[in-house]
Amino acid sequence: MYTVVPLLILFVLSSVTAIVFVLANRLLGPQAMTPSKLEPFECGVEVYGPVRQPLHVRFYLVALLFVLFDVESVFFFPWAVILKDLGLVAGVEMLAFLLFLVGALAYAWKKGALEWD
Amino acid sequence: MEIFLQEGLVLLKAALWAVALSLVMALVAGFLTYLERKVAGHMQARLGPNRVGPYGLLQFVADGVKLFLKEDLIPSDADAPLFRFGPYLVFVGSFAVFAVLPFGERIVATDLNIGLFYVLAITSIETVGLLMAGWASNNKWALLGAMRSAAQSISYEIPVGVSFLIPIVLAGSMSLQGIIHAQAGGFGLLGWNVFHNPFSLAAFFVGCTAMVAEINRTPFDLPEAESELVAGYNTEYSGMRFAFFFLAEYANIFVISMIAAAIFLGGWQLPSPFKDILPFGLVGSFVLLAKAAVLVFIVLWLRWTLPRVRVDQLMEVCWKYLTPMALVCLMGTAVWMWAFPGRIFFGLFGTA
Amino acid sequence: MQPFELTDLGAGTKEMMLNMGPQHPSTHGVIKFVLRMDGEVVAALDPDVGFLHRSIEKIAEKLSYPDFMPYTDRVDYVAAMNCNFGYARVVEKLMKMEVPKRAEYIRVIVAELNRISSHLVSVGTFGNDIGAVTPFLYAIRDRELINDLLEMLCGARLTYNFVRIGGVAFDLPDTFKEKAIAFLDTLEPKLKEFNTLLSENRIFRERLAGVCVISKEDAVAYGVTGPNLRGSGVDWDLRRDEPYSVYPEVSFEVPVGGGLVGKVGDAFDRYWVRIKEMQESAKIVRQCLEQIPEGPIMAKIPRVLKPPAGDAFDRTEAPRGELGYYLVSDGSSKPQRLKIRTGSFAAVSIIPKIAPGWMIADIVALIGSLDIIAPEIDR
Repeated sequence: MYTVVPLLILFVLSSVTAIVFVLANRLLGPQAMTPSKLEPFECGVEVYGPVRQPLHVRFYLVALLFVLFDVESVFFFPWAVILKDLGLVAGVEMLAFLLFLVGALAYAWKKGALEWD
Repeated sequence: MEIFLQEGLVLLKAALWAVALSLVMALVAGFLTYLERKVAGHMQARLGPNRVGPYGLLQFVADGVKLFLKEDLIPSDADAPLFRFGPYLVFVGSFAVFAVLPFGERIVATDLNIGLFYVLAITSIETVGLLMAGWASNNKWALLGAMRSAAQSISYEIPVGVSFLIPIVLAGSMSLQGIIHAQAGGFGLLGWNVFHNPFSLAAFFVGCTAMVAEINRTPFDLPEAESELVAGYNTEYSGMRFAFFFLAEYANIFVISMIAAAIFLGGWQLPSPFKDILPFGLVGSFVLLAKAAVLVFIVLWLRWTLPRVRVDQLMEVCWKYLTPMALVCLMGTAVWMWAFPGRIFFGLFGTA
Repeated sequence: MQPFELTDLGAGTKEMMLNMGPQHPSTHGVIKFVLRMDGEVVAALDPDVGFLHRSIEKIAEKLSYPDFMPYTDRVDYVAAMNCNFGYARVVEKLMKMEVPKRAEYIRVIVAELNRISSHLVSVGTFGNDIGAVTPFLYAIRDRELINDLLEMLCGARLTYNFVRIGGVAFDLPDTFKEKAIAFLDTLEPKLKEFNTLLSENRIFRERLAGVCVISKEDAVAYGVTGPNLRGSGVDWDLRRDEPYSVYPEVSFEVPVGGGLVGKVGDAFDRYWVRIKEMQESAKIVRQCLEQIPEGPIMAKIPRVLKPPAGDAFDRTEAPRGELGYYLVSDGSSKPQRLKIRTGSFAAVSIIPKIAPGWMIADIVALIGSLDIIAPEIDR
């Protein structure tokens, strides 16, 4: 518990600092808003069309891969910590798992999931 | 009664640490903005800031004051709550990592037993902040920047995470101090993880490259690529909210340099004869900061030398090069641990 | 304004219309490109020019022939000497005027120096577009030395107004030759340094290899000229193929794009042609400084220029392609009509043809590699 308390205090303190900074900015800075100043920047011309629309971002497959790899790499952390004390069996099991992961990456690569288009 | 006193002391100590760390972060981030401009200046055959204070050292103070005096704008069509919240998240996210940074053998705010894991977790909060900021701005450039940032951060988290595993494997601990303690062998120099075995050497480079990408620095600065996306996710921001992105960026440079220095370059470990010249392991602190300073300089150097990669190349570098390399490094290190238990590379030949 | 219908891409996704410019860091002046985007990929592009139109051609009709010279500076202010040169030539052609040899040499010297400085700006900003800021400052630093040289000559650093109808305004100062040679001696190592910094950079090459290829046929069909045309592999340079002034008396190579890192006609080729051209221009300046004869610098011209009625067209090789002046005279002291054709105008017209299918970062590379500059398009 003693290791977490400083963290909590730090979170609180940094949030407070941030809010105080922004408030100070509000107080010190000018407040002279005009409608054209509040327009979004579109290189100096009027905005055309909706901005918050579904956008083709082309990394859907990458995002899926990320979920897989991230969840799986989480499994490695406990393993990595006690690797020194593990027997050969547990070690080999994890290596097999790692090989599976590499195989999966190779498969995704071959299937073209890593290409941009 | 005694229990309360003890608790109170812990709280007091934690609060003091928090204040000290805020000062450190503000100073480090401020000084790095100065340093970046000075380094850039000298690399580009000009002088950089030299008007405010000696050698322009107080330039960042002047900049900070200026940012306080700027108008705090929220575009009319922006999603105001998200727009306001995004920068806080980025700021708090980059600030929170400071808590686990070891500044010396006995100088650390809180030595979490899951230190590196915490670092990984907290740094990915910042991406959410960037995504919020870009989405809420109601600006096409900001949206594109935010999307790029999301794609980039989630991709590069894999090589960063996997390369973090290698020091963990070698130390048997996720605590940053634990990892530094484990690098004590080989006269305090050859025991560094970067010299531990060929795979950990490779992991150092993989990890550093991926970390530079993770904090969106050139050559991977696509989310704010100014020649393509004007300013990317922070196009609409002004005043302090803009300053938060800015502070976070420079704090992050320091953070990744400290972490790389701690987990790969032996942290405060140094050849033993010099260790006890100053009390409290202060020599170690200076050594650690010096190592971090070298890495910080390299990060700045990269920015003023390299062009920017394209977004498809960015993904390619991550998934086709860094991720497989990191996985191979992890396997290699694990195999090394069984083949030569507890021995470092240079120890194979000599007596170290 | 709505130049495009936005296509529905299915699954609720629509194309996005994006205005790149007039206030954008990579449009090299006040130009607007309206893009139809499918995510990061450009589906269509429409250039919108005219933000910098100053009706220079119309102004010419209200001014006497010599008085128009300062306005030609503003046609392409990065290469003002070349614009001066072209205008002087077309008036001389109309009047069938003989220009003294020494004046012609001085003109070629200043034109080639200005070509080097213009290309330095071009490759520097191109590096900036690709994300490398430092090469830009290196290029600007070296350009400063050329500005110093030209300032020595005529007192101006950007808009020179140096060439005159029938000659040049001032003779070379005594120390000009040694200073120019000293500069040319430093140019070669500096270009080498620049190449090490930028041209040979792996990321830079990967970014440009095979990107935005303009085929030989397209380049010719769209009337692309100058380094952009040569970048596409067409071996055509007015200075060699339709020689004018004293260019026949100097020897130089014409660099042509050869697909050094990717395909012929890609963005890197256009960039590389400019780097090579700087070296060739340096050669030309050296030869001119050696061969320059003594003599007058102005032809005998009447106080009031009244070319005979008729028309004349003359084109010269400017840094951004062929610079053509078409002049119609009605015999009075003012032109009846002047039309300027510039390289950037042709270059911008090919962008919509090349752009679809490339990413926004490639569009930036395309615009940068074509080295378009807004005042030259709009005039």
